[in-house]
Amino acid sequence: MFFASRHHFAPADLERYLAEALAQGADYADLYFEYTSSCSLSLDESMIKGATQGIAAGCGVRVLSGEKTGYAYTDELTPEKILRAAQVAARIAAGPSQISQVNVGGQTLAHNLYPVLHPAADADLGQKLELLNRADRAARSFDRRIFQVRAGYADELRHVLVATSDGRVAEDFQPLIRLSVMALARQGANVQRGADGGGGRLSLEFFQAVRAPEDFAREAARQAIVQLEAADAPAGEMTVVLGPGWPGILLHEAVGHGLEADFNRKKVSAFSGLLGRQVASRLCTVIDDGSLPDRRGSLNVDDEGSPTSRTVLIENGILKGYLQDRLSCRILGTAPTGNGRRQSYQHMPLPRMTNTFLLAGQDDPQDIIRSVPRGLYCANFGGGQVDITSGKFVFSASESYLIEDGKLTRPVRNATLIGNGPDVMTKITMVGHDLKLDQGIGTCGKEGQSVPVGVGIPTIKVEKLTVGGVESS
Amino acid sequence: MLDRAQEIVSLAVRGGATDAECVGREGEEFSSTVRLGQVESLKEAGSRAFGLRVLIGRRSGSSYTSDFSREGLEQLVNSAIGLARSTSEDPHAGLPEREQLGASPGDLKLYEAEAGELGTEQKIALAQRAERAALDSDPRIVNSEGAAFESFWGTRVLANSRGFAGEYRRSTCSLYVVPVACWEGQMQRDFDYTLAHSSAGLKPPEQIGRQAAERALRRLGSVKAATRRVPVVFEPRAGRTLLESLFEAVNGDSVYRHASFLAGKLGQGVAGPGVTVIDDGLLPGGFGSSPFDDEGVPTRRTVVIQEGMLKNYLLNCYAARKLGLETTGNCSRSLAGSTGIGPGNLFLQPGPSSPEEILASVDEGFYVTELIGFGVNLVTGDYSRGAAGLWIRNGKPSFPVHEVTIAGNLARMFLDIEMIGSDLEFLGAVAAPTVKIREMTVGGI
Repeated sequence: MFFASRHHFAPADLERYLAEALAQGADYADLYFEYTSSCSLSLDESMIKGATQGIAAGCGVRVLSGEKTGYAYTDELTPEKILRAAQVAARIAAGPSQISQVNVGGQTLAHNLYPVLHPAADADLGQKLELLNRADRAARSFDRRIFQVRAGYADELRHVLVATSDGRVAEDFQPLIRLSVMALARQGANVQRGADGGGGRLSLEFFQAVRAPEDFAREAARQAIVQLEAADAPAGEMTVVLGPGWPGILLHEAVGHGLEADFNRKKVSAFSGLLGRQVASRLCTVIDDGSLPDRRGSLNVDDEGSPTSRTVLIENGILKGYLQDRLSCRILGTAPTGNGRRQSYQHMPLPRMTNTFLLAGQDDPQDIIRSVPRGLYCANFGGGQVDITSGKFVFSASESYLIEDGKLTRPVRNATLIGNGPDVMTKITMVGHDLKLDQGIGTCGKEGQSVPVGVGIPTIKVEKLTVGGVESS
Repeated sequence: MLDRAQEIVSLAVRGGATDAECVGREGEEFSSTVRLGQVESLKEAGSRAFGLRVLIGRRSGSSYTSDFSREGLEQLVNSAIGLARSTSEDPHAGLPEREQLGASPGDLKLYEAEAGELGTEQKIALAQRAERAALDSDPRIVNSEGAAFESFWGTRVLANSRGFAGEYRRSTCSLYVVPVACWEGQMQRDFDYTLAHSSAGLKPPEQIGRQAAERALRRLGSVKAATRRVPVVFEPRAGRTLLESLFEAVNGDSVYRHASFLAGKLGQGVAGPGVTVIDDGLLPGGFGSSPFDDEGVPTRRTVVIQEGMLKNYLLNCYAARKLGLETTGNCSRSLAGSTGIGPGNLFLQPGPSSPEEILASVDEGFYVTELIGFGVNLVTGDYSRGAAGLWIRNGKPSFPVHEVTIAGNLARMFLDIEMIGSDLEFLGAVAAPTVKIREMTVGGI
C-alpha cells in the first residue's frame, strides 16, 4: 500500500475526492495516482557521459459526463490540491449531483505478470554502469571497422493507484528496464550504423542471466558492418518477406492503430464498419495481449484500473474486435479489454495497444524465401507511422536483402515500405511457424502520448508492397 | 522559482559539487476539444519541476523532481551528486565560462498575458467556429476528427554556480481542426492550424476551417503513381521537414561523433547556390526565440549555410569544446535529460519565385504535401519516406497521389535545390518556403 503509507490515504479520502469530482452531476470519475522514479545512463566514446535520476509524481482526476471528459491534475499530493483538481475536472458537467455516495472497495489485481523482487531502481549503480562498459567493449572488439559506440541504460519503477466512482481500486508496481546499443562502422568514407536493444518488466538479472549486453552490442556492430556492403534499394511494387520479431511493427501500423476504439466510434478509421468482414487473408490471426508475463507492453491493470487481457482482433482473416478504453465502452456498450493507457498522470487515457502479434502458421521460413523469384527480405526495422483515416502506413527497413531466385543475395540500404492497412493483410500468402516477439524496446506515440509496447510476427510473405528505394529499374 | 533554483545551486555546492546548474519550469496548460459541434473534453492544470546538473571536477550527474518538499529537494541534490561521483572523467565536461554567460537584452515578445484571460466558453467557441467552417464548406466533408483550442503559459528559470540567474516567460495559443472528406468510398483527412503568443494573434477560425477542408477535399480520388525519377516540389509544410533533417545533420553532437553526413564539411559547398539557412534565436515573437539558452549563454543569429556553403554547426558548450569551436548558444535540455542541442528559429531564406512559378517550371513531377515515417538516416544521408500530394503535369497540379515513397540522399537533395519560393511563414520554430528538388525517385506501382 505505497500511497496509503507514503501519503496517508485512507479509503475515505479517495471517496471524498471522487464525490467532489461528481458534485456537478457527472456520471463517472476516476483518480490516477502516480509516483515514478527513473534512472538513465549513457555511454559515449567509452565514457559514462550522462547519468540522470528523477521523480515524477502527481494525481490526475478525470470526470465523464455523457461523451464529455473533464481532466485536471496536480503534482502536489495534498488533499487541498487534489480536491481543487477534482473541482476543475468536475466543471465538464452541469447539474445536480447524480450519485449520492461513492464506496471504494478492496484491491482487484487479476494477475501478477512481473513479480520482480528486487527492482532495478534499487540496484547498485555500479552494476548498471558495468552493463554499458561491457556493451562498449563487445561492440568495439567485434570488428576493427567499428569506431563509435553509444549505449544507453534506463530503468523506471512506477507506482500507480487507480480509484473509480464505481468502486474499483487497483494498485500496481510497474518495473521497466531497457538497454540499447548503437554502433558506427567506417570503411574509407563509407559510414554506417547498426542498433539493437532489449528489456521488459524485469529486474537487472535479466541482463546478467538471460540477455547479456554483449548480445545487443555484437548485433548492433554486425548490422553496421553488413550495411557497409549494402547496395541501393529497389523502388516499386514487389514481393516482400518479413523476418520474425520486430518486423511485427507491420501489424502495429497497418492494423493495430486502425482498430483502436476511439477512431472507430468516431468512424474516422479505414477499418470503421468492417467488424465481421474479411480484412486479412485466412492465414492471419492477430492478437493484442497485455497479459503476457514480463513483456514491455504488459500491465497487470491498465491505466483505468481494468485488468489487461488477450483480445482477438482478427481471426482467420475476419475482423473480430477493437481495443477499448472505458469511454469507448460506455459509448459503444462494449466490455473493457484493458487497453486504456496514458503516458502519465498529466494525460487522459486513450485506447492503446499492448503487445500486438500475428499467430504462427504452418510454413517453414526457408520455404517462404525459396518461393520468391525476386523480392526483398526485411530482417530489421526502424520506426513506422500510419494515417488512420486513409489507412496508408509506412515502416522503415534498417536491414534488408534482395531475394533472387529464392536466395538472399545482396544487402540493400535503408528503405521505407508503404502500404494500405485494410489491403496489405489480404496479400499475406505464407505464414511461418517461427513466431517471435520483439526484444522489448518499442515505444508508441499517439496524440502526443508515449507508452511502451511490444510487437511480434512469424516470417511472412506479402505478395505486393511498395518499396521506397532509389533504384527504379 | 528563481530564488528556489539559486537555493538548490547553493545546496549542491555545499554538498560537494564543484559546479551546479538548476533549471526550473512552471506552467499552466489548457485545452478544449470539440467534435461535430459538441464539447468533447476540457483539460486544465498547472505543473512545475526542477532539473539539476552538477559537476564534481570533470564528472557530471543530473536529476529532476516535481516534489518540492524539503525531502524532495534534498533527494534532487543527493541524486545528482551521487551520480556525478560514478560517471567518467570527461575532459570536455563543464559549465560555460563566466564570460560566455548572459542574456540578450530587449523584449523578444514571447509572452502576452491575454493568453490566459480568454474565458473557457470563448475558447470553446473558437474551436467550434473552425470546425463548423470546415463542415459547411462542402457536402463531401462528412465527418471530423475534431477541433481544438490549446493554450500554455509558463516561466523558465536558470541559475548556476558561476553567477548566472535568469528567467523569462512564454505563452502560446493554438487552434487546429481535422476534417474528414469522403467520396466514392475513399476517406481522406487533413488539417490546418494557427499558432500565436495570444488568441488575438491567431488567424480567423473560419479561415483555418475552410483551408483544412480544402486540403482534405483535394486528396479525394488519390491514386498511386508509377515508379520513376522526376522533379519533386515540397509544399512549405513538407519542406519544413527537410530543415528538421538539416538541423539534425548540423547538430554538433552528431558532428563530433561523425554520425552526420555533414561532419567534416565546414567551408564546403553542401547545397544549391541559392540556399541560405539561418538559425535566429532572437527573432521577435519567434516560436524558437529565447534570451538565453539552457546553459545560460545568450542566443544569437547563426548563418548555417550561406549561398550553398556550410558556414557553421549549431553547438552548445560541450560540442563546441569537442570540435574546437565557439558555442552558438543552442544548448537545449529537457528537465529529465542531459544537455543537448536545439534550434532557435531555423529557416531557409526565401527565394524570388512564387509557388505557382515553381510548379510552372515542372512538366512532369510530384508536389509533396504530406510526409510520413522516419526513413531518414543522418549518418549516410539516405532518405526514403512515405508521401502524399499532387501530380504535376504541364506546370499544374493535375491529380492527387498517395501511397508512394520519395527517395534520395540528403547530401544530393540539398545540392539539387533548384528553386526556392517566396512564401516563408513560421508555424513553429522551423520553417521553409516552397522548395524544388531537381530529381528524386518516386516509388509507386
